[in-house]
Amino acid sequence: MSVAGIPMRIILLSLVVFLPFGSDLRSALAAGEEGQTTSSSPQSANPIDQALLDIKSEDAAVRSAAAALLIEKGDASLLPKLDEIRADADRATRQAIKPVIDLLKNHANLTSEQADTRRSAAADLVGTGRPEAIAWLEASAAKEQVWWVKYTMEESAQLMRLRSEDQTVRLLAIKKLGDLRSQNGLSALKEFVETGAQSEATDEQRALATAAQTSVGEIDSWFWWAGAIETFFRGISLSSILLMMSLGLAIVFGLMGVINMAHGELMMVGAYATFITQQAFIAWFSPEHFDWYFPVALPVAFLSAALFGLVLEATVIRFLYGRLLETLLATWGVSLILMQAARVYFGDLTAVIAPQALRGGAQVMVGVYLPYNRIFIIVLSIVCVLGIYFLLFRSNLGVRVRAVTQNRNMSACLGIPTRKVDAYTFAFASGLAGIAGWALTMVGNVDPGLGQNYIVDAFMVVVTGGVGKLAGTIWASLGIGGLNKLIEPISGAVYGKVFILVGVILFLQWRPQGLFAAKGRNADA
Amino acid sequence: MPEQMATQQNSRETLSFYITGFVLLVVLPVLNVLPSEDSWLYLSDFRLNQFGKFLCFAILALGLDLIWGYCGVLSMGQGVFFGFGAYCMGMYLALQIGKESVYGSELPDFMVWTQVKELPFFWYPFKSFAGALLGAILVPVLFATIFGFLAFRSRIKGVYFAIITQALAFAAWLVFNRNETRLGGTNGLTDFKQLLGYRLSDPSTQRGLYIMTVLALGAAYLFCRWIVASRAGKVLIAIRDSESRVTFSGYTPWMFKLFVFVVAAGLAGVSGMLYVPQVGIITPAQIGVLPSLEVVIWVAVGGRGTLIGAVLGAVAVNYGRSVLTNYFPEAWPFILGGLFVIVVTMFPDGLLGMIRKLSERKKTPAPLIKAEGSTAA
Repeated sequence: MSVAGIPMRIILLSLVVFLPFGSDLRSALAAGEEGQTTSSSPQSANPIDQALLDIKSEDAAVRSAAAALLIEKGDASLLPKLDEIRADADRATRQAIKPVIDLLKNHANLTSEQADTRRSAAADLVGTGRPEAIAWLEASAAKEQVWWVKYTMEESAQLMRLRSEDQTVRLLAIKKLGDLRSQNGLSALKEFVETGAQSEATDEQRALATAAQTSVGEIDSWFWWAGAIETFFRGISLSSILLMMSLGLAIVFGLMGVINMAHGELMMVGAYATFITQQAFIAWFSPEHFDWYFPVALPVAFLSAALFGLVLEATVIRFLYGRLLETLLATWGVSLILMQAARVYFGDLTAVIAPQALRGGAQVMVGVYLPYNRIFIIVLSIVCVLGIYFLLFRSNLGVRVRAVTQNRNMSACLGIPTRKVDAYTFAFASGLAGIAGWALTMVGNVDPGLGQNYIVDAFMVVVTGGVGKLAGTIWASLGIGGLNKLIEPISGAVYGKVFILVGVILFLQWRPQGLFAAKGRNADA
Repeated sequence: MPEQMATQQNSRETLSFYITGFVLLVVLPVLNVLPSEDSWLYLSDFRLNQFGKFLCFAILALGLDLIWGYCGVLSMGQGVFFGFGAYCMGMYLALQIGKESVYGSELPDFMVWTQVKELPFFWYPFKSFAGALLGAILVPVLFATIFGFLAFRSRIKGVYFAIITQALAFAAWLVFNRNETRLGGTNGLTDFKQLLGYRLSDPSTQRGLYIMTVLALGAAYLFCRWIVASRAGKVLIAIRDSESRVTFSGYTPWMFKLFVFVVAAGLAGVSGMLYVPQVGIITPAQIGVLPSLEVVIWVAVGGRGTLIGAVLGAVAVNYGRSVLTNYFPEAWPFILGGLFVIVVTMFPDGLLGMIRKLSERKKTPAPLIKAEGSTAA
């Protein structure tokens, strides 16, 4: 290495270091060479190819002209080339290319197969702020089939129109956004209102402000309703979870006079059964069959919880029929044991991956998004209620169960095997808890405390509804679940629970036996 | 003949009361002070303090036994009243820390973290010791009066009452966990320094507290026995055995229930008040659903419907817990759960019932009347 070589290397080194800091320094350092490469590059006949070259130029004007040309004429087929250029370009070029890539990609995605991709492309185009996109959006919106995607395209187009220079275009856009009930437009509209309210505002700004004010009003009232509907939905969803839990409790309570504090843990058994089924599918089956684990887990959860129930009935509860407080304590002990067993065996946090069909949700109207897993739980609880109804009122076992509930001794005299009826009913109620656990894996983690989260509320439902009354249980769970979610946004979840407790106590002042009390001779039983 | 037996039993009970009192009040503290540390007779400060804690729990158990064992009303929310008493004392102790706190502020540490600049109004009564004492008893009593009035008047009974009180414990736990209630949130109140000028870290202070606890337990026991032996006590037992017959005889059962519920709450408050300075911390974890239920298991293990059983159960279960959690920390919930199941299904009368059954089997054929009913009266 020669001594004369050192200054040369320093120049090269500084070149590398200072390159990213802008074209001025770079041209000052190595004007000759760089200038040559640009000027000596061959003029291409195709304007797009030319633009692809020009975008690497160090002249800002040339770059932006090239970018504009690419946006106007280009399509998705250029994306690989642009990515290639961006990969080894300097900072200025990268900045010039970025919007081009974004726009072209989103433009291409507007015609994607996936509705979600089309929608997010439409939403992303607003951020680019390029007027060309308006035409694209409107063209796609005209062809769009899915209303929610179409809505987003129209909304995005109007949002971009807000930035127009033309007063009439802006006015129209403001009005349209109001008609669309656009939540994304709310902040922009409020800005218009604020500028219009300032003392130095021009007449034009004032006109915009009045229009914006109307639109904001429309949007706000719409979203109040949308919020109300979503709250209602969440209430129904919580109610159906409570319902699935308390149905089993209410049947057992009414039939056998057993307070099953371990009911929540039977639910946990169902949830863990689902988890184990999932693990088995991961271990033994190919990934494309993975989603099948969920339907398979249903009978697994039902049967395993029912089995636990049978064992529990045969070993503990059998000795305690009719002694309510004792069953309460003994089953509480069982629940402690099951919980700790789950904690020791499975650890604290395990989760189940939802099958594809239950991920995501449905946008039923502007501002109202209903997750599929919640809808699933609501539907499931309805199915459970119907199933129980048919079992109790339209089947042989049901007749026996109701007979034993009404008068145990008389039923025994008439030849009903009351012991067997008890055992089967208890197992069935436990299986029901297992199904509830199966469904709950879709909305939360599987953890040992799963049952505890709901047990107190579920018992409030049973108490409020009246012992062993299905109708009472349904109404009470709707009431308590709904109230819970109604109060939650106002006062927070904790005080919501306190209010519910106070509410239930006050309610029992008025109806001490619950909503649907047993009447006549059975009343004091 | 039965009367003679009753007096005989009474005198035996009185005798054992004095003996136990003497052991707890004199022998144990003396064993703590006199022997040298390596003597086998020596009782360490830690053990004495631990024993004091168990005796606090025994007061709590007495209250539950009164309402559950004698009156048949299962309250699964005793932890809440315990918590009220404990927090009242805890607030006083927290204010006594003064400038010694970590941040050197007059306010308790947690208020400094949570940006509270001024003492919340409801903390003011607890600046004085008398306020704390009164609060620790009156707050649970008042709360129990309101809650019990609403519950018993509308004839919420049996399991319904148990479930409602459990919901109460759950709700109270949630509320005490919040930071905005200004009670220290999840961390509770702790790091206490002194009580009436005595350092809490001093063994002699702890010994004093222990003696106070023994005296309080003795007083609570005599008080409960007085209630149980009175005419009202007989009504309580009658309510347990057949509430409708009591109603038909012209009594109003809910008033008796309310009375005994309030007494139980007051005892729980006293227990909490004595517990805090000995243990040095109170957190929401001690007032939730599970701690409230543990009280039930103490009484069930000891033998419900007998006051001695409640005391015995509280001490035995807690002692067992402290030993077992030392060796098998993960096993305790299994054992506790197992206790629930076994005691309820096999030994409904608890330890005391078992002892009594054994001794009776020796003497006479099993009596037809329920043992607990005849002794309690």
